[in-house]
Amino acid sequence: MADPILKIEGLEVAVDNTPILKGVDLEVPQGEVHALMGPNGSGKSTLAYALAGHPRYEITGGSVMFGGQDLADMGADERAQAGLFLAMQYPVEVPGVSVMNFLRTAVNATRGEEVPVREFARLFKEKSDLLTFDPSFADRYLNEGFSGGEKKRHEILQMALLEPAFAILDETDSGLDVDALRIVAEGVNAQRGPDLGVLIITHYTRILNYIRPDVVHVMFDGRIARTGGPDLADHLEEKGYVEFGSAETAAAPR
Amino acid sequence: MSTAKPELDIDTTYKFGWHDPANYVFEPKKGLNADVVREISMLKNEPEWMTKFRLRSLEIFESREIPDWGGDLSSLDFQDIYYYIRATESQGRSWDDVPDDIRNTFDRLGIPEAEQKFLAGVSAQYESEVVYHSIREDLEQKGVIFCDTDTALREHEEIFREYWATVIPPGDNTFSALNSAVWSGGSFIWVPEGVQIDIPLQAYFRINAESMGQFERTLIICEPGSYVHYVEGCTAPTYSADSLHSAVVEIIVKKGARCRYSTIQNWSNNVYNLVTKRAVAHEDAVMEWIDGNLGSKLTMKYPAVWMVGPRARGEVLSVAMAGPGMHQDAGAKMVHVASDTSSTIISKSISQGGGRTSYRGLVKVEPGARRVKASVVCDALLLDDDSRSDTYPYMDIQAADTSIGHEATVSKVADDQIFYLMSRGLSEGEAMAMIVRGFIEPIAKELPMEYAVELNRLIELQMEGSIG
Repeated sequence: MADPILKIEGLEVAVDNTPILKGVDLEVPQGEVHALMGPNGSGKSTLAYALAGHPRYEITGGSVMFGGQDLADMGADERAQAGLFLAMQYPVEVPGVSVMNFLRTAVNATRGEEVPVREFARLFKEKSDLLTFDPSFADRYLNEGFSGGEKKRHEILQMALLEPAFAILDETDSGLDVDALRIVAEGVNAQRGPDLGVLIITHYTRILNYIRPDVVHVMFDGRIARTGGPDLADHLEEKGYVEFGSAETAAAPR
Repeated sequence: MSTAKPELDIDTTYKFGWHDPANYVFEPKKGLNADVVREISMLKNEPEWMTKFRLRSLEIFESREIPDWGGDLSSLDFQDIYYYIRATESQGRSWDDVPDDIRNTFDRLGIPEAEQKFLAGVSAQYESEVVYHSIREDLEQKGVIFCDTDTALREHEEIFREYWATVIPPGDNTFSALNSAVWSGGSFIWVPEGVQIDIPLQAYFRINAESMGQFERTLIICEPGSYVHYVEGCTAPTYSADSLHSAVVEIIVKKGARCRYSTIQNWSNNVYNLVTKRAVAHEDAVMEWIDGNLGSKLTMKYPAVWMVGPRARGEVLSVAMAGPGMHQDAGAKMVHVASDTSSTIISKSISQGGGRTSYRGLVKVEPGARRVKASVVCDALLLDDDSRSDTYPYMDIQAADTSIGHEATVSKVADDQIFYLMSRGLSEGEAMAMIVRGFIEPIAKELPMEYAVELNRLIELQMEGSIG
């Protein structure tokens, strides 16, 4: 087993002084894809934001080691520069900033050096083709007027360009139709390999039919309630979260 | 962001605040009275009608109240200002003719370099007088006149007198009266019928002395079917005593002509910037003001377009940024006199570090002007909780079939926007700068690339030090 790229121990996180995570233990070895499932309000997205360094999510206990570095000492920008990526559930609009300008700035910032314009253009073409964007997309303003599917594909495009060591996909499947889900999943699968760890956060099992996880965790009430293999997802698909004390199902509504 | 390291930690943000040693041809005196006005006119060897015009303007100024609206003018002492300072004997036609100190200043401001790269003509004013002037030869051959306003009075008196003070008479407001009494320098442009000047003409205004009053006067006449883009920039040293910049700009855009006037004002924050700018647009003419206010202690400036001919069009794109100790009271006036005229005002303001911006605008439609279209959009962005933004939109519509659109927004930079960009590796300062650049993008994209870059650069300079 490879060294864990992410090692979370006893993590407690509060939002506006309300405790949400109450001692999360989770390890992802480098190169593996883990799924984090759970009903609404169990704390999945809180974990995502806390890992990425959103200032509203305050770490009140425990530790998170990322590739040997303590994340608590690092700002959101430093975490990104160290190779951590969060595909957001709700990407925000930044009016007047073109996709091209944003992506290039982000690539330069995470690499810590200017990528030549020509090289970036080639990279952008390759990755945006993969995610089925047409070239005019580059001139649009960041997330402004994007459809739900465009927003999610754009998040995965960023992941493809930034080449992180570890990516968290926060409900990337929500609001996607089957075609969009397939494109997003193909985008992620194309990046799978020994140098990328992934944590897929999802309420539903649907995305896991396209991106097969190595390990599945179930979160409930701010803690990891169970960990198992891919068959745990199939189990949840059938039984929902009832045995964890929730009436919610894990099969996507049709 | 508690754990983010400050990327930008610079305590002085104004990069143009140096000054040259004083070395004046004419010993300046502070204060204003009829003798000072007569002396200015005499030093310039002006015709008697101009001396009389100045003295009459002074009387008007002295009879007027200082405006009590807009910004706070209570600490502006008109007797503590130099009204006229001449730093050189003569005007240079090549930079070699300009005294070293002054040439170095303009070198540091990058003017000669810009001139070589992308300008059709340059005028550089230092204190009260234009010290350098050039125009591309082919434009001169086409009959374009581009010179400083004093030279225009001497060499083109007939055309000068025909238009002088016809758009903004001395009695228009307190500061137009003051400018009319003590004006010096500025640009005079006359574009012959049908001549299109493809690249911009630029003027640069530099104040060097403490307590300086700069009162340039600009007059632009676009004959039918012509086009000119005039660009001006301004800076001053940082002093503890206040300076006053009070210009008057008059523009006549004749039938089917187009004039674009771009300003990037970056006065140091001890300069009161009280400017009257107005254009008259005739039939099918287009007047565009692009107005960037990044500096000064207080700016009060509302570029205006009077649309007097059918189908004339007016546009104001305004960007204001107020940092600590600054108040930008800026906006626009659109006066629709003729039918089928249309106007657009887009105002974007950014307040940070306790700075204050105000949008103040007027859209007026005269009775009898039919099918007028007007649109006003003003957006304010606050970078922190200490800063302030106000909107004063005035509408005076006296025609029934006018179509008016008005939108105003005030927004704060959202934590989620900053987080989104930081989670892609940008520092907090870079994230803020990117959001601000995006905010002004609709205006920056209207500027020639060099000026758009300059505008962004100046805004980023101003943001440094207050972030991190």
